[in-house]
Order: sequence, then structure tokens, then C-alpha cells
Amino acid sequence: MDANTFLIQVLNGIQYGLLLFLVASGLTLILGIMGIINLAHGTFYMVGAYLAFSLSQHFGSLWLAMAGGVVIAVAIGLVLEWLLISRLYYRDHLYQVLLTYGLILIFEELRSVVFGDDVHGVAVPEFLRVSIPLTETLSYPVYRLWMSAVCLVLAVGMYLLIQKTRLGMMIRAGASNREMVQSLGININLLYRLVFALGVALAAFAGMIAAPVASVFPGMGNQVLIVCFVVVVIGGIGSVKGAMLAAILIGLVDTFGKVLTLDIGGFEVLPQMSGMMIYVLMAVVLLARPEGLFGKRA
Amino acid sequence: MRGLRAGTVVLLACLLALALLPLVAEKYYIQLFTKMMIMAIFAMSLDLLVGFTGLVSLGHAAFFGLAGYVLAFAAPQYQAADLWLSLPLAMVCSGLLALIIGALVLRTSGIYFIMVTLAFAQMVFFLFHDTKIAGGADGIYVYAKPVAAIAGWEPFTLENHTHFYFVVLVLLALVYACLRLLLNSLFGRVIVGIRVNEPRMKSLGYRTFRYKLVCFVLAGALAGMAGYFAAAQFGFVSPETLGWHQSGSVLMMVILGGMGTLTGAVLGAFAMMLVELGLQGLPVIGGVEIAKHWQLLMGAFIVCAVLLLPQGLLGLGKLASRLRSKPAEARDG
Repeated sequence: MDANTFLIQVLNGIQYGLLLFLVASGLTLILGIMGIINLAHGTFYMVGAYLAFSLSQHFGSLWLAMAGGVVIAVAIGLVLEWLLISRLYYRDHLYQVLLTYGLILIFEELRSVVFGDDVHGVAVPEFLRVSIPLTETLSYPVYRLWMSAVCLVLAVGMYLLIQKTRLGMMIRAGASNREMVQSLGININLLYRLVFALGVALAAFAGMIAAPVASVFPGMGNQVLIVCFVVVVIGGIGSVKGAMLAAILIGLVDTFGKVLTLDIGGFEVLPQMSGMMIYVLMAVVLLARPEGLFGKRA
Repeated sequence: MRGLRAGTVVLLACLLALALLPLVAEKYYIQLFTKMMIMAIFAMSLDLLVGFTGLVSLGHAAFFGLAGYVLAFAAPQYQAADLWLSLPLAMVCSGLLALIIGALVLRTSGIYFIMVTLAFAQMVFFLFHDTKIAGGADGIYVYAKPVAAIAGWEPFTLENHTHFYFVVLVLLALVYACLRLLLNSLFGRVIVGIRVNEPRMKSLGYRTFRYKLVCFVLAGALAGMAGYFAAAQFGFVSPETLGWHQSGSVLMMVILGGMGTLTGAVLGAFAMMLVELGLQGLPVIGGVEIAKHWQLLMGAFIVCAVLLLPQGLLGLGKLASRLRSKPAEARDG
């Protein structure tokens, strides 16, 4: 592997990692702050991608589609929290798992009814449809760089929101003691609703910006969900910093697992078993630190 | 004591009804009930974890599916496997996998446990999905049903659907009885104690990790038994049999029936499969093929069940009897 290919793979790995971070950060916030395990989180990623697909056809612009899509995603989040999730706060995780599993079935099937089961593509916006040439044969698409940049901006924005604003302070307080925050006169129900909607919007937005490079297909949400679980487990529940680090790590491991070749005793291990790499990584982390890299000890 | 005896009578009546079913039912229904009883064994094995030990596993299908693959390997093309060899082998393989996964996942608890079991099951899924060891994503056929010959004598043949039915029925009753005995023993008390308050059990001197691991392995091996017969009956194994939809649906069976009761798991498995069958058989209404999109209604059913039936179907029965006997108290509670 020469230096240029290596560079491209590193960029791809980081870009994939940053995308995972967008989805996983919402998941880890909802887990850490609200104590809700949300299996349907990956589904919102899929919803985002399909919104990008249908709205960009409708408006003729991916930008308008994204703007409209985020509004719809926030609305979906608010309604779901109000209608269903809010009934789960005092119940066992088991019921949260089942209810959100039911939501997956509903959303997957609605997707099948509305859009069918075909794979769709979304066009890259005009002015980002260029590539930076590296050598005569290799080049790197600007859209992917733009994706990484957007993810980074959102990550910084989220850090500032949680650490530096009044709203963020209330959110952090709500995570450690729900009753106390409530008795201080803060509307905790509204706060939770906002956090949930924020998580849904982040996942859907990740789906929207990923649509042009990853195509839009059935089951895409569940694939992302499980990888994001691995990210959250490695990073530690509730830790946005941990999610960032773990997501980049997973992005790189997954990307290099697919391009490296490794034979052990004549049996092709990589890339054939690259799908298992991230789980091996998770097993190692579990052995060393069961609570995750940045998790609090239970 | 009276309640217990009434319960036993109902149980025996159900068993008798199941034993008499092949006399009156057609082949289709016999096979359907065989499938339901296989899933009931699977659901009971998960109930041991979820309902009794308090371990919510979202990766239980890994052990179910692996046993199916073991059968497929044990029965090379067009050759039948030996039941007496391949069944224990399949259960041991599933148990071993459960030992490896369990040793890792039991280091965590709560939300972590749910996510980690799902992730490891997914790893097994990718092992069979991405590599070519067993047909990859296309799956693998089990051409012939296992043969149960003892030195040339065949007490029963699984190719006969009635024989298959009775084998599964006997196993269902056996698994139920063994689990009941286990749960009534000291071991059973300890694992229930772990669910209720693990630190207390630890301070009483029990090595709770070992108890949980034994449960995890046992549940894995029993799931393997169910998976073995599911593969034998269906004649086909694909990565989907160890996928997470399978894990989610068996968890739903346990909760739907009422967890921590064993009978609830059996009831839930039967109910869930009947609901599934009912939804798949829905007619075309107003030009919309509802049956084609049965998963949509299944999702709605699950959401409603979680919100409206926190105690499962068995809880519904208890609620009804309580309302009848002590209406005032029930209203207050």
C-alpha cells in the first residue's frame, strides 16, 4: 500500500467514523441522560436517507431537502417522545427494548409501503461534485471532505451546547438527578423531549448527508444501529467524548479491515472476516474496561 | 395450595390436548404445532435468563442458529445425520459459544448487557454471512432429516411428521419439567436472588458470576436444542436464523406470555406465532395487500402489548381473577 492509498483510506476511515459519531452521539445522549435504550435510533438514520432521496427529487436541491428533512425529523422525535417514549421512563429497559423494536418493524414496513424495496441513489450537489487529484489515477472527492467538515462542526456545536449553555447545564443536571431538577422548577419533561428530538435529528441528518455516498437501501438503519451500539459500549454510556473517540477508532478499524489482506495458515482472514473486526475490538475493550473508555464505573 | 393444584390440572389438560392433537388434525396443523412447540422451547430457554436471572439478552438467536448450522455440517449433502450424535453435538456447540460470549458479556450489566449481547450475536451473524464456510448469505440446505437408529433399530423416524411432532412434544415436556426442578432447587433460588438483589447474594457468599454463567450456558444449549429441530423441520439454515430479528421476536414471546413463569414463555410462543399467522393471512382490503405488509401490524401489536400488557397474557388472567374475587382491592391497587 503506497502513501496515497494509505492517505485515502485514513480519510475514508475518519469520514465514516465522524458519520457514526453523529448517530452514536444521539444514542449515547438518550441513553445517558434519559436512561432510554432506543433500538429505533438506526431507523431514524434510514428515515433521514429516504427523506433526502424523496425531498431532493421534490425540491430539486439537496440543501432544501436537508432543511426540510431536519424539520420533519425533529417533528417525528417530538411526537414519538410525547406519544410513546415518555411512558417508558419508569419502566424496565426490557420494555424499552421491545417497544423500540416494534417501532423498527413499523418504520421498516412503512418504508417498504411508501418507497418499495429497491436501492436508490441521491445526486451529489453540483458545486461539490469535484475531486482533488492526488496522482494521475487517484483522486479524493470533495463531497467526502465536506461531510467530515460538517460532522466536525456539529460535534463542536454539541460540545458547546452541553458544556457552555444554560440549556446544556439543565440537561446535564437532569441526567444526574431528575427529581431535583424538577423541584427546581425546570420542566424536565420538555427537556427530555428536546433531547430525544435532538438525537433523532442528528441521526436523520447523518442519513441525509450519507445518502449521496452510501446510497439508500432497506435495512440500512439496523446496520448502523448495531455499529453505533459498539461505539457506545467502547466509548462509555453518556460520554460524547467517548463516542467521538470510539467512532473514529471503529471507522479506521472497519475501513482498514476491508482493504488489508491477512492469511493465517492458508485461510483468508481479511478482508473476508472484516465484518467481525469491530466486535473483536469491542471484546478487547470489555476485557480491559467493562464500563467503556470514558464510562463511569457502575 | 388450591391455586397450585388448579394450575397443575390446567397444565396437564393442555399436555393431554397436545398429545391428542395428531388424532384429529391435518398434516398442516401438526407441522404448525411442531413449529410452535420448538419456539416454545426456545422461549423457555430465554425465560431462564430474562425472567429468572434478570439478564435481558438480545442475542439469544445466535445459539439457536448455530445449532442449525451444526446440523447442516453433520448432514453432508443428501446424507442424513445421526440424531443421537448430532443433537448432543449441536447443543454442546451452542453451549460452548454461550460460554465464550457469556464470559465476556457477563462482565457488564443493565443497558450494557443488552447492547453487548446484541453486538456479539451480530458478530456470529457476520461470521456466517460474510465467509464462505456455510453458504454465506444464501444459507445452506439440510437435505435429510436426522436418523434415530440404535444398532439398526429405528424407534421413530423424523421424516414422518407425526413422529416429529411427538418427539418435539416429549422434549418440550422434558425441558419444562427439568427447568421446573432446577428452579425449585437451591440453584434456582440463588439465581432468582441474583435477579432481585445481586449485591445481597454476593455478600451471602455466592459467586454470582458463576451462577449467571451456568445459566447463560444452559440457556444457550437449550436454545441450541430448539434451533436443531427448527433446522431439521425447515430443512434450511440461513444467517437470518441467528439474526437479531429472531432474537427480538423470541424476547417478545417471553414478554407477551409473561416472563419468569416458564408457562408464560410457552403461551407467548404459541400466541405470537398465531398472531403472525393471522396477520399473514389477512385479506386484501380496498386493493391493499395487508398480508404483504404484516410486519407493520406486528410492530403495532408489539407496541400495544408493551404499553397495555405489562404482565403479559398470564398477568391478564391474574388480573381477571383478582377483579372477580376482590373487586374493591383491585381497584385500589
